[in-house]
Amino acid sequence: MTTVAFVLAVTDSVEGIVPASTSAGPSTLMLLLGIFILAIFIGVEIIAKIPPTLHTPLMSGSNAISGIALVGGVLAAGASGQAAMILGTLAVALATINVVGGFMVTHRMLGMFQKKKSPRGM
Amino acid sequence: MSPNLVELGYLISAVLFILGLKGLTRPRTAVQGNLLGALGMFVAVVVTVLARTDLGLMPIAIGIAIGGVIGAAFAIRVQMTGMPEMVALFNGFGGAASVLVAGATLAIGQTTSDNELIATAATGLIGAITFSGSLIAWGKLKEIRALDKIEIPAHHLVNALLVLACLGMSWVVVSDPEYRNLAYWVVVAGALLLGISLVVQIGGADMPVVIALLNSYSGIAAAATGFVLSNTVLIIAGSLVGASGLILTRLMCVAMNRSLANVLFGKMGGGKAAPDADEVYVNVKSTSPEEVAMLLEVASRVVIVPGYGMAVAQAQHVVSDLRKALVERQIQVEFAIHPVAGRMPGHMNVLLAEADVPYESLVEMDHINPTMDTVDVTIVLGANDVVNPLARTDPDSPIAGMPIIDADKSRMVVVIKRSLSPGFAGIPNPLFAMDNSMMLYGDGRKAVQDILKALNEG
Repeated sequence: MTTVAFVLAVTDSVEGIVPASTSAGPSTLMLLLGIFILAIFIGVEIIAKIPPTLHTPLMSGSNAISGIALVGGVLAAGASGQAAMILGTLAVALATINVVGGFMVTHRMLGMFQKKKSPRGM
Repeated sequence: MSPNLVELGYLISAVLFILGLKGLTRPRTAVQGNLLGALGMFVAVVVTVLARTDLGLMPIAIGIAIGGVIGAAFAIRVQMTGMPEMVALFNGFGGAASVLVAGATLAIGQTTSDNELIATAATGLIGAITFSGSLIAWGKLKEIRALDKIEIPAHHLVNALLVLACLGMSWVVVSDPEYRNLAYWVVVAGALLLGISLVVQIGGADMPVVIALLNSYSGIAAAATGFVLSNTVLIIAGSLVGASGLILTRLMCVAMNRSLANVLFGKMGGGKAAPDADEVYVNVKSTSPEEVAMLLEVASRVVIVPGYGMAVAQAQHVVSDLRKALVERQIQVEFAIHPVAGRMPGHMNVLLAEADVPYESLVEMDHINPTMDTVDVTIVLGANDVVNPLARTDPDSPIAGMPIIDADKSRMVVVIKRSLSPGFAGIPNPLFAMDNSMMLYGDGRKAVQDILKALNEG
């Protein structure tokens, strides 16, 4: 968890410096790059010891999280300009399929693991 | 909302994603982890909508409504045997969404700095490869035969040329304001072709690796979109998914003792010293369900090795019934799960969980192998290459060095299989012809049903 805390501290300090959706100068790029690399390390760190039973739920759950493109879709769909609106709406629809379908099917699947829970727990 | 408040909202969302993924790695916390992830997504979307009062809400609402209904329908209706197809398709949707977002942002004219333009081209490239590659993977999982027949001449050359073309067009995206939009879609078109060409040559048995890798790509595409929009939550969520997919990819490669490059660009099979099937199978004995039932009745420890064949035959429920019947007779029953059994990571575990097989009776390969010699009867159900002892003994075999479940070391082996046809590696399996091994020919579900019937009557 120390890595997590560290990155969160870094991310936190970035917040004041990087306002949302302004054009990126070099320093912004470097900060974003830092967030990117550290987030990958966090991902590797927290997922490294996954048991095989949870491989499929992890995939469908992380699939839902990759639907975060939804946020980008929302920004594009709501913007003025017909091309952006059409592309954005399509993006919102596709990403929402990912998000809703992914989280729901993961929940359903995990329910199957839970119902046969032994007295010791799983 | 002030920019700082927005970023704070995104930060909360990112933390929820991290906690969510962490939760998903432990059975006890998995349900909660998944819900935290969903909450993180909700926060991110709400913050985005609140942050930008200038946004037209109608298109957003329409998109969410359509996507929500389709997504929910998928999630409710999918069979657990169909999970690999669903995940493949969803990976593709994620990639496509990123492509569209980057394209739309470019169309608005919001993308101006070199960094953002490079990120735009990267999103188009990775997202489109993810999309078309996932569709091909989906088709292969659906067993659309025509896909297996496609042979791309000078395959590596075609791939290399497509990569070069995409990179060239990416340069136009960055440097030429006039043709920027057009060039972007040309990059996307090239990358779509590249995705097809890359995945179409990969065999069905390697699908667990391909799906895990495409899962990773869909995350990286989202992260690249984050660079286009200078949006921290996209970058963090995307790279978490990218990392998770990479870990699964690596685990699958290790389980097959093959490098990622070999899976992606090499071809399995064609081992020069593949033994002749007729010679190997001279001493194959066949058996009957009644005989298997008798063997099971006197056993004290039984191990079942499931493979993709179990999923195809939809045999998981009747196997679960067989387990219950044996457990009632005080027989210890375990399932030995090979990491690449099935068509996606963890496929067997999900199928057996669906059929009410308790979590504790699923044993990983590495845990069960040391005690395989104390097993009275091993039932191999729809698995082949993952129990082929040639992996240990024949250094020239295409599966040489692949970790296998040591079914051959148990006292008796019953192989339930339609015929003696080879597995994906295309080589015969000496296990079938061993003195302690017997073949029960037939459909997996029917065969297990017959065993169960004989057991209950006997």
